[in-house]
Parts: sequence; structure tokens; C-alpha cells
Amino acid sequence: MRILHLAFAYLASRPLLTALNVAMLALGVATISFLLVVTHQAEERLTRDARSVDLVVGAKGSPLQLILSTVFHADVPTGNIGLEESRPIAANPMVASATPVALGDSFHGHRIVGTDGSFLALYDARLAQGRMFAAEMEAIVGADVARREGLAVGAKLTGAHGLAASGPAHGDHPYQVVGILAPTGTVADRLVITSVESVWHVHAEHAPARPEITALLLRYRTPLAAAMLPRAINATTAMQAASPAYESARLLDLVGVGVETLQWFAIALMASAALSLFVALTSALQERRYDLALLRTLGARPGALAALTLAEGVTLLLAGVILGFALGHGAAHALGWWLAEAASWPVTGLAWAPGEAMLAAAVLAIGALTCLVPAWQAYFSDPASLLARR
Amino acid sequence: MLEIRGLRHDYAGRTVLSVPSWDVAKGDASLVLGPSGSGKTTLLNAIAGLATPTAGSIRVAGTEVTGLAPAARDAFRARHVGLVLQTLHLIGVVSVRENLRLAQRLAGSPVDDARIDEVLASLGIAGLGGARAGNISVGEAQRVAIARAVVNRPSLILADEPTSALDDANCAKALALLLDQAAACGATLLVATHDNRIRGRFERRLEL
Repeated sequence: MRILHLAFAYLASRPLLTALNVAMLALGVATISFLLVVTHQAEERLTRDARSVDLVVGAKGSPLQLILSTVFHADVPTGNIGLEESRPIAANPMVASATPVALGDSFHGHRIVGTDGSFLALYDARLAQGRMFAAEMEAIVGADVARREGLAVGAKLTGAHGLAASGPAHGDHPYQVVGILAPTGTVADRLVITSVESVWHVHAEHAPARPEITALLLRYRTPLAAAMLPRAINATTAMQAASPAYESARLLDLVGVGVETLQWFAIALMASAALSLFVALTSALQERRYDLALLRTLGARPGALAALTLAEGVTLLLAGVILGFALGHGAAHALGWWLAEAASWPVTGLAWAPGEAMLAAAVLAIGALTCLVPAWQAYFSDPASLLARR
Repeated sequence: MLEIRGLRHDYAGRTVLSVPSWDVAKGDASLVLGPSGSGKTTLLNAIAGLATPTAGSIRVAGTEVTGLAPAARDAFRARHVGLVLQTLHLIGVVSVRENLRLAQRLAGSPVDDARIDEVLASLGIAGLGGARAGNISVGEAQRVAIARAVVNRPSLILADEPTSALDDANCAKALALLLDQAAACGATLLVATHDNRIRGRFERRLEL
């Protein structure tokens, strides 16, 4: 019987206490791990989706709403802007490219985006099959849309009015799929992309006198544009200019308050778990002080007794950390499934977040320190006096 | 086998044990007698290297125990000394066999299940190997404690009050087992007790 086996035997001899200690620690680790995974992937996703868009010009309203609706395709637009009013902005010498976006319809929850060929460049998207749309009512679909809806080149799809899946169908205006995009890992995977004219065509009956688009996605030609263009647009036009980078940071700050609160809660949970581990080990040591004395009489070195106590604590710690990561990543994966059902942002529990290595190291280090006190007591226990007291 | 010279142990400013001179030959069975608090357990602990006496010399099988470094003392005890404690303490969370294997491992010997089976059989508890040590009776624990003390074929067996908690019938049985096992492995046996019932079984005695 080796020290580790004996440590396991001691743990197995009090299964409820062992399970409670592991569960407490695992809950704390799982909460922090889940938050790290989800926030890291959300941040990564926000950055990736917005990396090629320097400025969004759209209707006045909430700038965050404008960015969410036109860059991340996760909210309703603030309204429309006139195509003619947007042309001078697109022609501004400080603008390298201006991509129109016309929203309004969706297909089974996937947004139909009216735009032009420059849209694909924003997401480094390329066609995996077929060709780019050329005529009205031709569309290309993102990789996720094709997979989930079983679409192939040549298929027809009918949009529904509005951005929710339950809107009335435009049955008399079907789109023909002429191309399918390769996966990009961006929001483009979940979009149906067509020309602005197609979107106007579908809504021809209710079209305003002058053509409108939802927004213009700009790329700067020069860094100076960041200082001048937004201010000029906001001050001199009826439109608003919003920066995806700024609004994403603001969104993360807003969400970050909640995340931070949850993280502190999880840290408190882990601190209680560490305390509980300390109490469990100390009381276990007290209960089996005669076992330790006996082991000494059999020839065990003081270091072996300390190792036995440490092995018990470290086993609990490792079990708690491993179970915690499994739970945290499992929860993130379950959230990913749920979000995938809702055709929203993909989250996976199969990827690690950068902070998790630090989390594991911190928990193991603090836990090991917690175990050191009982191990020290075991090391210096005097078998003769213990046996004499019995 | 055992030579003690000028042994003294002080505790809290007073002498709790004093043995000017005592010799025990190899294979002998001797009794250490004395009332509670007379230093019997302290003497056994000092011989086993669990306590360091204030002064004096203890030689076991030619080795000066008091002169050994702590690690060497632990190793010496594991290999040469078998202890039967008054409390019969066993590691309750593992099986009887694992208790005996533990004693073998700590003595630096390979696990020898054949030897364990032989000892358990000689003590009349052959079927007890797989039983969880925490679930066996006091009488069975007594035998397992003796088995653990002799499983490594020690040259010296020290028994501290092995019969004081037993009734007359069990006292006689336990003592017979202890004497038989010591004889079987050719070990010197020292029994410390204040139990006058077993006084007559020993020719050699040390009165404290």
C-alpha cells in the first residue's frame, strides 16, 4: 500500500465530505472558467466581426444599436438613411471604401443583407461554391446558413419581412442561391447576402420616393479620418456616425460589470472552498492522529506523513479543478448549442480561454498552501506522546 | 540482544525512568512490570527509538539505538522491531491484508502475501485478510496487531499492555499467541504491563 493509495482510502472512507469539498471547489472554478470562456470568445468575435469596419453611418438613434444591427447583426436598426445623402460621405477622400447595407428581411432567422461586392472583403470571405450575385433576386449564403438550411447552389429561398423568423413571407419574391461562402468564423457565416437592388425590389410596393439604405460601412484611407469624419457627419448631417471599436469597448464595459460581479462571487465561493478544505484536512488529521502515530511506529518518516496529508489535499484540489473546468466548459458548450438553435453567436466549450491556465495555477497554489498547514502538523507530530495520551 | 546501561529519562524537571543496567538475551521473553506512570511505555519507546532518553545507552542487536540519526532510527525500527500497542490500533479504512502489507513496505521489504497468509493462518484468522480493519472485533484486532508485529520477522517484539483490556480467558489466549509468534520467528519479547495475571508466565522481569 503506497502513500497515494492510503490517501485515496482515507478520502473514500468519508465520501460525503469528500464530495462536498470537491463540489464547492468545482463550482467556483466552473463559474470563473465559464465566464472566461464566454467573455473571451465574445470579445474575440466582436473584434473579428468589426476589425475591417472603421465607421458606421446610419440613422440617428443609439450608436450601440446601430453597430449591433449593422455590424454584428444582433439588434434592429435605428432606421434608414437616404442613398443620395450617403453618397458624399462615400466619396469623401478620407474614405477608402464605403459598403452599403440594406436590412429588413430574414430567412429562417438569418438576416438578408442587401449590399455590394465590397461586403465580402470586410470579412475576408470567399466563395466556396458558385459565383457572386449579379442580377436582382440572386443571393449568396454564408457557410452556416447553407449547412443548417441544407442549401446548395441553385436552391431557392423566400425571405420573411422583419428580422425575426416569424415575419410574413415574401412568397412572390424568392431568391435564387448562386453561391455559398467558405466559413469565415465571422457573422458573414450566418447571413444571406444579396444586392441592395434585390432588397428594394422585394419591398417595391412600400418603397419610399427616394431609395434608402440602412447604413454605410466605412473604411478609412487615413488615420486622420478617425478624428474628423465622425464629428463632421454628426454635426453637419441628419445621420449619425458610430465607431464599432468604441461601441464594442463600451458594450464590453457594460457587460464587464456583471461579469466582474460574478467573478468576485466565484472567488468568494473558491475562498470558502479553500477554507472548507483546510477545515476538512485539519479535522481529518485530528481524527487520525493515532493512525499517523502508528505509521511512525511502523517506520514511516515524518515526511511520508506530511506527503500523505498533502496527497489527500492535492487529490481533492485536482478533482475540484478538473471537475470545475469540465463543468465550466460543459456549460459554455451547452450555451453554444442553445445560441446555435437561436441562430445567434456561436460559443464553444472546446476551446480554452487565456486566463484559465492562470486560474488553474492560482487555485492549485492557494489550495496547496492551505494543505501545507495540516501537512506541517503531521510532519511534526510526536508519536510517543500521542500514543501515551491514548 | 538488548543491553541497557545508565538509562535515564527526565520529563518536566523530574526523572520518570531510570534503568541502571539490564540485559536480555536473544530469544528471551521478559516482563517489564510497574504501576501506571512508572515509565514502562517510555522504556519501550526509548528501545524502539520513538523517544530519545536524557542519558544512557540502549543497544539492540549490537546497534546503539540512541546514537542513530532520526531517519536511521525509523529504518531500524521498521526492520528490527515489532510493536504491539496497548490500543491495538489498526488503519481502519483499509483491509487487514493492507495493514500487513503497509508494515512490509515501511520496513523496506517487498510485499509478501505468502508470508501474510502464513502469519494470519498461524494466528487462526486466515479468512480475515480481505476484511476492512475498522470492522473487525476486538479479539480479531488483537490477533491482527500481533500479526503486524511479527510479519517482518523482527528480532525484537515490544508489547505495551497487550492484555490489560482483556478478560481472563482472552488474556491467556493473547499471551500464548504472542509467546508462540515470538518463538516462531526467534525474536526477543518484552512485555510491559501492570497486569499481575501474566506475571507467572515470565521468568525474567524488570520491576520499575
